[in-house]
Amino acid sequence: MSNIKLAFEKKKLEGKKAFIPFVTAGDPNLEATEQFIYALEKGGSTLIEIGIPFSDPVADGPVIQAANLRAMENDIHVNNVFDMVAKIRKNTQIPLVFLMYANTIYHYGIADFFKRCQEVGLDGVIIADLPCEEKEEFDAYARDLDIDLIALVAPTSRARTEKICETARGFLYCVSSLGVTGMRSQIETDFGEMFETIKKYSKIPTALGFGISNAEQAAVLKDYADGIIIGSAVVRIIEEKGVEAAPALEAFARSVVDVL
Amino acid sequence: MSKKGKYGIYGGQYVPETLMNALEELEKAYDVYKNDQAFNEELDFLFKEYTGRPSLLYYAEKMTKDLGGAKIYLKREDLNHTGSHKINNVLGQMLLAKRMGKKRVIAETGAGQHGVATATIAALMGFECEIYMGEEDTVRQALNVYRMELLGAKVNPVTTGTKTLKDAVNAALQDWAQNVETTFYCMGSAVGPHPYPEIVRDFQSVIGKEIKVQTLAKEGRLPDAVMACVGGGSNAIGTFYDFIGDKEVALYGAEAGGRDIETIETAATMTKGTPGIFHGMKAYFLQTDNGSIAPVYSISAGLDYPGVGPEHSYLRDINRATYLPITDDEAVEAFEYLSKVEGIIPAIESSHAVALAKKIAPTMDKDKILVITLSGRGDKDVAAIARYKGVDLHE
Repeated sequence: MSNIKLAFEKKKLEGKKAFIPFVTAGDPNLEATEQFIYALEKGGSTLIEIGIPFSDPVADGPVIQAANLRAMENDIHVNNVFDMVAKIRKNTQIPLVFLMYANTIYHYGIADFFKRCQEVGLDGVIIADLPCEEKEEFDAYARDLDIDLIALVAPTSRARTEKICETARGFLYCVSSLGVTGMRSQIETDFGEMFETIKKYSKIPTALGFGISNAEQAAVLKDYADGIIIGSAVVRIIEEKGVEAAPALEAFARSVVDVL
Repeated sequence: MSKKGKYGIYGGQYVPETLMNALEELEKAYDVYKNDQAFNEELDFLFKEYTGRPSLLYYAEKMTKDLGGAKIYLKREDLNHTGSHKINNVLGQMLLAKRMGKKRVIAETGAGQHGVATATIAALMGFECEIYMGEEDTVRQALNVYRMELLGAKVNPVTTGTKTLKDAVNAALQDWAQNVETTFYCMGSAVGPHPYPEIVRDFQSVIGKEIKVQTLAKEGRLPDAVMACVGGGSNAIGTFYDFIGDKEVALYGAEAGGRDIETIETAATMTKGTPGIFHGMKAYFLQTDNGSIAPVYSISAGLDYPGVGPEHSYLRDINRATYLPITDDEAVEAFEYLSKVEGIIPAIESSHAVALAKKIAPTMDKDKILVITLSGRGDKDVAAIARYKGVDLHE
């Protein structure tokens, strides 16, 4: 069983939902990112998403776009992030996944990229601009090396859900809102309808994200899925506190984990 | 095409899942209407009565004599209503949007030509219309911003990234992801996820079809070479498409060299780029060492784009078409040249094709025929060229 699936299974046995926070690698620098990951784990997180900076993060809203820019100013290369993951793996086995855009992998070389993922002990990769139609080009390599290529399902997926679930591994990333990532005061998606379809086809754990920003929203939405993903609200804390953000991140994670 | 939406290894649908349903919906609608008689009759009617098609194929006699080589014809897309080839594609896509029951259309624009065409047809057909334009381009093409507003569109300046065409596409894609159920994205070039490159190419292919008919009528044979400027590549693919099977016809694309292709201030995607994945497609892109999209530069807002359409990428790889860079200086010189020699002020985008013709035509024999597509007229560029030349203008 993959490290990711195992982590979800453990939460299930505890009768709890998983918490998945997101940080952008290199914001404000890679040493800080490493410390943030330890802090989020200490706060009870189940899995950490690490955003790989890209010039044009079209699926992301203003908060994560700004984090990308801050990280790009430090000239963060995906190789630097691989090195960071290798270092983290000496200290913790918490599941780690990259969230990135297809071009970074394509430019790196798909085979080399997933080989390096395996070497450093990365568990999965989420590619924001890779629908199931184009997935095989990447998954052919990821699958062989037991790296979970995480599939996304959106409120607009509807009849596509079955096809998406067929090849999904690790966990299913359920996009809770249309548009880009970012905090929303209100989420208008009809989750009842969306999850009725998802539960029919998904054989793996589900996690809900895009627009969820605090413990209150997490508490309301947790019943739909096996986990809750929070990105922009975490990045906002880093934006405000900079290298000193670790204690605040730990406290934030705990506040969310407590309601799950 | 080997597989749905693929041109060799290029093309595809690399977009967030949120947009996939809309792309499927668009593909289905296009498959229904592309061979629908009533749809095509309506499009032909608008081409003829609203935009003034067929556009003229003009024998540039003075230019031919001056360059001393091939006989040069100009395909006058600059004479279309709204002043460029962009309206061909917009009319087709908006007729599709109407049949799909969409009420709101959005579009990106670089120089403003596609934005103006979209705003125009939105006014004609009664759509709510929002245009995304890089802030940098709203300054370079201020008149076109006012023109779009005059036509009833809302123009949103995009302040992220390089504040140019690439960022306008990002913003339009984000708007679409947010409003995908109600909104039609009218893509301006033969780029983006399938089925856009195919749709845009098909609607623009009227250019090459007419060139074929007109050259046959005037010369009794096909041209030896056709030439067009290439940013995303819509007027070029429209020019090329009907000639791809005619192996004896050479296809030339003029891309934006910017200040110098040996610097980073260039948009010469084919010359300096590598295959990549961005804006929904696999194609040639200018990229940085870590696989980000490079900031690009060209004097021409319409060619100031880090990528090129997937079909052009494929035509380059199989050596069916030749793509060569033209610098800002060469384009400005060609802008002035055509104005003085033929009394035709070309768009700065199209001036890149004229500049390439000035290099290629003299190397061709006098009995050869070269057709240059003038994608747009240069009125919009006059102020910017004056600034480039250091002339102080007061309007």
